[in-house]
Amino acid sequence: MRAPTALVLPGLAWLVVFMLVPCGLILVYAFLERGTYGGIDWLFTFDNFVRGVEPLYVSILIDSALIAGAATVVALLLGYPAAWGIARAAPRWQTRLLVLVMLPFWSNYLIRTYAWIVLLNREGLISHGLVDLGVIDAPVSLLYTAPSVVVGLVYNYLPFVVLSIYASLQRLDPSVLEASEDLGAPPWRTFLRVVLPLTMPGVAAGAVFVFVLSIGNFITPDLLGGGRVVMVGNLIYDQFLSARDWPFGAALSLALIAIMMGLLFAQAVATNRGR
Amino acid sequence: MARSSTAGALLLVAGSVLADGTLVVSNWDGYMPEDLPDRFSEASGTDVEISFHATNEEIMGKVVASRGKGYDVLFVSSPFAEALHELDLLAPIDRAKIPNLANLYPQAEELAYDPGNTFSVPYAWGTTGLCYRSDRLADAPDSWQDLLDPDEALVGRTTMLATDRWLMGAGLLARGYSVNETDPARIEQVRDDLVATKKTLLAYDDTTFYSKLVSGEADLVQAWDGWCNYGIAENPDIRYVVPKEGSDLWVDTMVIMKSSDNVDAAHGFIDYVLGADTGQWVVENIMYKVPNEAAMKNIDPAMLESFPNLAMTPDELMQGEQLRDLGETQKAYTKAVTEITSSR
Repeated sequence: MRAPTALVLPGLAWLVVFMLVPCGLILVYAFLERGTYGGIDWLFTFDNFVRGVEPLYVSILIDSALIAGAATVVALLLGYPAAWGIARAAPRWQTRLLVLVMLPFWSNYLIRTYAWIVLLNREGLISHGLVDLGVIDAPVSLLYTAPSVVVGLVYNYLPFVVLSIYASLQRLDPSVLEASEDLGAPPWRTFLRVVLPLTMPGVAAGAVFVFVLSIGNFITPDLLGGGRVVMVGNLIYDQFLSARDWPFGAALSLALIAIMMGLLFAQAVATNRGR
Repeated sequence: MARSSTAGALLLVAGSVLADGTLVVSNWDGYMPEDLPDRFSEASGTDVEISFHATNEEIMGKVVASRGKGYDVLFVSSPFAEALHELDLLAPIDRAKIPNLANLYPQAEELAYDPGNTFSVPYAWGTTGLCYRSDRLADAPDSWQDLLDPDEALVGRTTMLATDRWLMGAGLLARGYSVNETDPARIEQVRDDLVATKKTLLAYDDTTFYSKLVSGEADLVQAWDGWCNYGIAENPDIRYVVPKEGSDLWVDTMVIMKSSDNVDAAHGFIDYVLGADTGQWVVENIMYKVPNEAAMKNIDPAMLESFPNLAMTPDELMQGEQLRDLGETQKAYTKAVTEITSSR
């Protein structure tokens, strides 16, 4: 076969075996019934989808979207200025700053999340720091709430936002900015009407990245939420492991996959429009 | 039953890579003395490979998916052993190959989920109760209500266990219901109680609740008695009590997978664990009670004084209701727990 085809095949095979086949299995399982002790009974049913739209599960999906949305907004608000600063810095500093942004990734995801437990718990650094500064009287627990989950998600996904917006900013033609200045636009208007629209692909990519990874995340809500914050990832995990109800877990997974695909499609449209 | 053939095939390949006769054992991390596998290998000549699972649910997920391939011996709690038996994944226990079964207390041969120990062998047993800092609580707690409806001073300073059966268990026992309750109306009542409790809780925690007591983050937690001993070892002000409404009797068991190629070696491993010396070493090491009479007789009285719950007699333990698999009702428990943990 021709060289390009041969080179593509391994990657394609990987995608097919490790993504399409499992998704296919989930699609099949979602229409079956749970056996009495777990496992699967090969009986066709729509029950799992009917259960999936019960208020309890819809509200968990909405809560997950809200938490993921909050994480996305905060990550963008923190990431854009950071990316701007790095893009404006002297070239030799840019590499160093980018390395600093990536540095946390050299450690394990769980360790990065545990670090927040050490910081935020009642006997932790921030709590005792606030007591020492006289801001509060007694140590307080900042953990095990939805905001602490958002903090964990933002911390873990911020580098993606910074990098993707930085890449967009790098592609910005400085002469466009000069032209806007010459025509009399104040800096804020240059930003809003020129820079932001032109960097939208980077912003969209970063935003979708954070949102999609956050909404399905079950480790951060489990650790930083202390079992009190249930996101759709935890819900699916419980169906597969505690309830041993694979068909229902599969149906919920399909809903999540559908949402993610919708978002990725919207991002592709936004990127194309940006051109 | 579904055959997850891709997963099974991959595990089969993985399994054949291991040396012939290597025993694959899955247990909780730290639930067995670290040198036990090596001691067994020396004594028997069979290599042992240890794999860890964090929860019963995790190993159940793996084993049900692969139909047991890849594992020889599992350590699982009794309701899960029962479920595995119903799913026809377990090899029958050949008593002739485990002479040390004679070391067990008679009560440990009459356990409700497996009378006569036909598909499982008990490894450790105990109670679930309240673990607390006696130096920080004005009165010693004696009821599940002290946890479920705590005093002002304790709000935000308590935790409950995160796993379904024990989370619901506290609420069921507080109301005098069975820990294997199947009546939907009663399950909903307990769910409503526990939704109210969530507002007062610091967190649901299965693994770090004793270190929260030691560090002072929490003052009163729901705990398995052995775990509480880890806290007591670090801080002698920590105490354990079984509430007056009672506890469940949980039993962690060893089971052999039907798909195992090393059934004889697996029996040999279980026999080794049930030895009097091994049993005593297990107790001294993991600070849990074992149903091994020969081992418990030799425990140092000083240890029993430091860790009073080690001195509970089998008769006292048998007062607790044993956890059974819930069959279809398991879904209702998981749903109730989801409703509780996701409530605002």
